[in-house]
Amino acid sequence: METTPSIRVQDLTRQYGALTAIHKVNFTVNPGEVVGFLGPNGAGKSTTMRILSGIMSATSGSAWVGGTCVAQNPHEVKRKIGYMPENNPLPDDMRVVEYLRFRARLKEVPGRKLRSTVQEAMEICDLARTARRKIIGTLSKGFRQRVGIADALLGDPEVIIMDEPTIGLDPHQIQGIRKLIDNLRGKHTVILSSHILPEIERSCDRVIIINRGRIVAAGTSDELREEFLPGNRFSLIVEGDESAVSTCLEQRGLKSSILENTPQGENRARLTLRLENNGELGPQLIQALSNQSEFTLHSLASRVPNLEEIFLAATKRSWEETIETKPKISA
Amino acid sequence: MRHFFILLKHELRMLFISPPTYIAAVLFLSLMGFLYWAILRGMVNTPSETLPTVQFFSIFWIPVFFVVPLLTMRSIAGERSIGTLDTLMTTPTSRVAVILSKFAGAYLFYMLLWILTIGFPFITQKLYPHAAESGALLEIAPLAGSFLFLATSGLLFISIGIFSSSVTRSQLVAGMLSFTTLFVVIIGGQQMGNLADASGDLSAWAIATVNYLQIFEHLDDFSRGIIDTRPFFYYASTSFLLLGLSTLVIEAKA
Repeated sequence: METTPSIRVQDLTRQYGALTAIHKVNFTVNPGEVVGFLGPNGAGKSTTMRILSGIMSATSGSAWVGGTCVAQNPHEVKRKIGYMPENNPLPDDMRVVEYLRFRARLKEVPGRKLRSTVQEAMEICDLARTARRKIIGTLSKGFRQRVGIADALLGDPEVIIMDEPTIGLDPHQIQGIRKLIDNLRGKHTVILSSHILPEIERSCDRVIIINRGRIVAAGTSDELREEFLPGNRFSLIVEGDESAVSTCLEQRGLKSSILENTPQGENRARLTLRLENNGELGPQLIQALSNQSEFTLHSLASRVPNLEEIFLAATKRSWEETIETKPKISA
Repeated sequence: MRHFFILLKHELRMLFISPPTYIAAVLFLSLMGFLYWAILRGMVNTPSETLPTVQFFSIFWIPVFFVVPLLTMRSIAGERSIGTLDTLMTTPTSRVAVILSKFAGAYLFYMLLWILTIGFPFITQKLYPHAAESGALLEIAPLAGSFLFLATSGLLFISIGIFSSSVTRSQLVAGMLSFTTLFVVIIGGQQMGNLADASGDLSAWAIATVNYLQIFEHLDDFSRGIIDTRPFFYYASTSFLLLGLSTLVIEAKA
């Protein structure tokens, strides 16, 4: 049986005058998935999210939320979405509980369920004990973000969209929000955008990288690693002649290239090595590099490229592609 | 409709908890109290044919110029600049409900302020019982007529404020815009009337048009007990138009 995807976006394009904010964006998000939206500033993340939540209309293309078309039935879509906008705007002179009750009423939560819904959202976001009766204007940034997330959770929406939920938070608060997102996994479909890449990597099932209005990569971080930074990477510290390392490896049939070479004190260097061969290469490498006369191996560690490197590689590639596709001016 | 009441309740609550509202109310009441006192003093020195109530309401435009912009400039421009208009738009609320609730909130408060001025003749009566013996202070007919005028003209004034607030994200610009528009509508109509009187050779339809737009004439009629449908139509249709435009503006400027 085929399930309806929570979100389906097809050829979505939005132009602001001459500027194309997003161009033919396509993606699908399945129910219960947590998807991270990555991209540099001005890449079109917020635009896509705003179109999905029905605040803004697209120039062309279509988007469906829970099987409902956003352009044709925005009211229905708004019932299915909990949206937390960028910078999380909140009215400063209301109390947390008052604000959440007001929002719950607007989101058509039935009167008899109002108290329990608000209470539940506050408990999930850890607001119930500490900040319940506080005035929003006096709250710290972390608590404000929680109020924004609690608001997005009200009314049990199918899809929760959060635009930069962790911006400006300290590491403790970020960890709190991460736990919160973990709790939502499976129950809601979550889309979040962020600049903090390790955050996305830890909390998201899948990542969509967007650059200059185009999707440049999509998949789990392992898939992206395979696509953008293939091969095995190792980080090692050697003393002696580091140029002998590659020759030595070549003799053993291991094709390698040195990506980075940072000198560390006298006669010692930290190398980042990339091996073309696949499979478990650690033991082979240790064997090849020990008992060598030209150099001494001090340490060896396998290095998994993090999302930051993948992100840089993906966005760099998309830059190069757009430059190449531009018409060349002949002399 | 359900959303309208939720939003209106929220709007009124926000008005009653925010200090600017009380500042506007205190300024309004103290200014109007002072003017009422000045009118009464003037009457002591030079007897006048018009009732103090009629004279008092004929200066309605003084508070309108500052109270209406103060009450309305925040409503949409303020929400847009802090971004809460966006969060409002992500709920299943219609744009019409948003605009109408803002309008109704400001309108109810505006009327409340005017209703409070009924206290002035009562205070005078309490303090100077002999002055009120003639019954001139609390004559019901001009009072009712003037209030009817304030209630209908208020529709237009508040919707001018709401519209000005919907076209910009700066409260200052919204305030200036609504002040200028109110000035043109109130004083401009009067000036047109003066011009028409001075030239004297305008055709009948031109005079009718000018009279149609003259807010002071309307007040005169109302306070004398002449309830004409034309002013009702003028205020209701223009405010309907302005509120409709505001709805379109927030839809387009999302």
